[in-house]
Amino acid sequence: MSGFTFTIDGAEISAEEGQTIMEAADAAGVYIPRLCDHEGLRHQGGCRVCTVKANGRSASSCTEPAAPGLAVESETPHINKLRRDLVEMLFHEGNHLCPICEASGNCELQAMAYRLDMTEPTKFPYLEPCRAVDASHPDIALDTNRCISCGRCIRASQDVDGKGIFGYVGRGIHRHVAVNAPALSDTDATVADFAISPEVCPVGCIIRKRQGFERPIGEREFDKAVIGAEIERKRDE
Amino acid sequence: MSAAAPVDLGEVAAISARYGDDAGRMLDILRDTQEAFRWISPEAMGLIAERTGLSRVAVDGVASFYAFLSRHPKGRITIRLCDDIVDRFAGLEAVTRTFEEELGIRVGETSADGAVSLETTPCIGLCDQAPAAMINDVVVTRLDAKRVREIVHGLKAGLSPEDLISERFADLSPYERATHMVDNNIRHAGQVLLGPVPEDAGLKAALDLRPGQIIDTLEASGLRGCGGAGFPTGRKWRFAAEAQGDRRFVMCNADEGEPGTFKDRVLLTERPDLVIEGMTIAARAVGAAEGIIYLRGEYAYLQPLIEETLARRRADGRLGKAILGVEGFDFDIRLQMGAGAYICGEEGAMISSCEGLPGEPKTRPPYPVTHGYLGCPTIVDNVETLCHAARILDKGSAWFHAIGEAGSHGTKLFSVSGDCLNPGVYELPYGLKLSELLEMVGGEGAAAVLVGGPSGTMVARDTFDRRLTFDDLATGGAVVVFGPERNILEIVEYYISFFVHESCGYCTPCRVGNVFLQRAIAKFRAGLANPEDIDYLRDLSSTIIETSRCGLGMTSPNPILSTLENFPLVYSAMVKPSGDGLRATFDIQSAIDDARKLAHRRSHIFDRDFTQ
Repeated sequence: MSGFTFTIDGAEISAEEGQTIMEAADAAGVYIPRLCDHEGLRHQGGCRVCTVKANGRSASSCTEPAAPGLAVESETPHINKLRRDLVEMLFHEGNHLCPICEASGNCELQAMAYRLDMTEPTKFPYLEPCRAVDASHPDIALDTNRCISCGRCIRASQDVDGKGIFGYVGRGIHRHVAVNAPALSDTDATVADFAISPEVCPVGCIIRKRQGFERPIGEREFDKAVIGAEIERKRDE
Repeated sequence: MSAAAPVDLGEVAAISARYGDDAGRMLDILRDTQEAFRWISPEAMGLIAERTGLSRVAVDGVASFYAFLSRHPKGRITIRLCDDIVDRFAGLEAVTRTFEEELGIRVGETSADGAVSLETTPCIGLCDQAPAAMINDVVVTRLDAKRVREIVHGLKAGLSPEDLISERFADLSPYERATHMVDNNIRHAGQVLLGPVPEDAGLKAALDLRPGQIIDTLEASGLRGCGGAGFPTGRKWRFAAEAQGDRRFVMCNADEGEPGTFKDRVLLTERPDLVIEGMTIAARAVGAAEGIIYLRGEYAYLQPLIEETLARRRADGRLGKAILGVEGFDFDIRLQMGAGAYICGEEGAMISSCEGLPGEPKTRPPYPVTHGYLGCPTIVDNVETLCHAARILDKGSAWFHAIGEAGSHGTKLFSVSGDCLNPGVYELPYGLKLSELLEMVGGEGAAAVLVGGPSGTMVARDTFDRRLTFDDLATGGAVVVFGPERNILEIVEYYISFFVHESCGYCTPCRVGNVFLQRAIAKFRAGLANPEDIDYLRDLSSTIIETSRCGLGMTSPNPILSTLENFPLVYSAMVKPSGDGLRATFDIQSAIDDARKLAHRRSHIFDRDFTQ
């Protein structure tokens, strides 16, 4: 493996052959916002929140290979505006009512909105989906009206748990995450699955019953630190 | 509910077995299941999943992606009306109404006896003879109320869709069948493709060359891809030839879905041998032994013609082992049918589709030339490009290079439709002015011309002197002419709705952003837009373009952006500042409507019958 360097917003970053821009950035303590990407899962490049300009060209940094001498722009006002638009699109595509959602404070969509300064009413229309909640499983509930189609549960179940409980169905605006059975209780999903664990679903779509308010609001992950802080701390070390 | 045909699971198993229970052939398995039973039932899906080793939801993901596959029972005959803007302007409404009246069902419904379903579908590549429709795999053109009544009466009397075309359909050759259904409408034959073409002269010439020399010839000719993107063909072939891989593939992109494009339809009808000759030359150049023709589902009526051509070429040694007696040159082609998805014209999505997956574009890089079909080096070329390649090998690169102009060499097929006297296909050298083309087609009265389909540019009268080249008005070939009586915003709304329908949904900006554009244009059409909404359209469009994952999202806002630029008055005439300074993004009435109905609360303002 040969090492090389490239730059993100002017700062030199070390990388190995085969690394994506985001992987190299994470290792160097530079956080690039993302929603559909998650450590330990295949890269998807679907949410586009990790969009950067690589030598001036738009690319999703989770899938774009790092290359020697590449000049990457990430934290520019323009790119952060694009990211904010994408996050707003996701808010408007689903039903995201933070005050009544048990994921509030642990929600990556909400945290990303704060990080990207989504501080005023948005200009987009609400699509107001109306999908049935699947509460069939004794320990798990699914409210896909809050799904952002990141597909992390799909990859986690397929590649880590080896179960394939979830999958995408439909096309375009009708594309959504579906269960591999008429209802979740017909699958072999358990709360012990990685796919069901709190770290996989970034929003309040996959709900673990009777656990929602074990930790009170105000003491949750993003109540204490901005999203991405964990990666950015590496830089100080 | 309609009477669904009982699904014989034994037959489903036989269909799956026919494709070796190979998940990579899922699209074929599902297409055949659909054809046999007119839907893909949950039980069929479960069985196919079991036999191919996939999960049920993965099979469902494929079945639900393609418009021609259905998870609900459809009629034994499915009538799909082509709902392109050109068809709408050519009388689609009256045609639809007559079908609905005669069949007693509405669009989107299936008759109670399970006999007929009536649907709409985007452009089926027959804009030069609109309004058109598919009846199962048969196509009917130039519809009017009288012809619709004949069709429905015929079907009710027990005729098959094929009987509607000709009483002696079974006796016709595949070529005759195709030309009985569809007119070629070749209005101008150029010297490269539509003029006289000697059989396999290009292939024979290529076999005298080393593979590297074939690529040199193509590079020297200046040939660029004719599907719209214009990538230099020789360079693409060189990348694939140099890539590491045990297997290589040549794919022919016959999924022409850009609304208003139909020139590949004509080539596939009139020059099927030339298409395959081009593929065979490509195979020789890059070292491929396997090829795929991806034919859009809408062109199913051409399937027998292409299969016959492949079989004939196999029989006389122009496909298969040791082609034309050259030991070690083995190449064969399979035909992959699509199933109603515009996005499959994108090369990565086409490869996904051939692999039995939903037609979603692949992550780039890596590119198909190094990691394409089944991860192997693959070239994907448009039908017209492959035909050009064969002709270049015959006539030489200098001959081709001399046609057209710098940067845009050779001829181009233009599919011309809409408000003009002579819609059809024109083969012309690159470099013509749009006004010159309009004169040829009898479209001088045009108020607007869409060059390159909705992903292209809407040109206004004052710039009809723009030129048809890669450097000015680049196009895959669609030229749609709109007369002064047409409503530009209606056209824009149609095209943006097309992209909403055809987005694969993989990435956020294309999946969601296009819906927002569609809603915004509807606001303009309804007279509810404010001046700031013009900036909103521009701003949202640029986010979609800058963040989308593939070419669909990178071009889908073009109908809006190019009309904002070239027809600004159309927008500014429709906006008015709101008195209270608020923007109508939130319609409180529709938001509370469900709750109001549930609570049986009636409104003085919104319930017109309140006082009754």
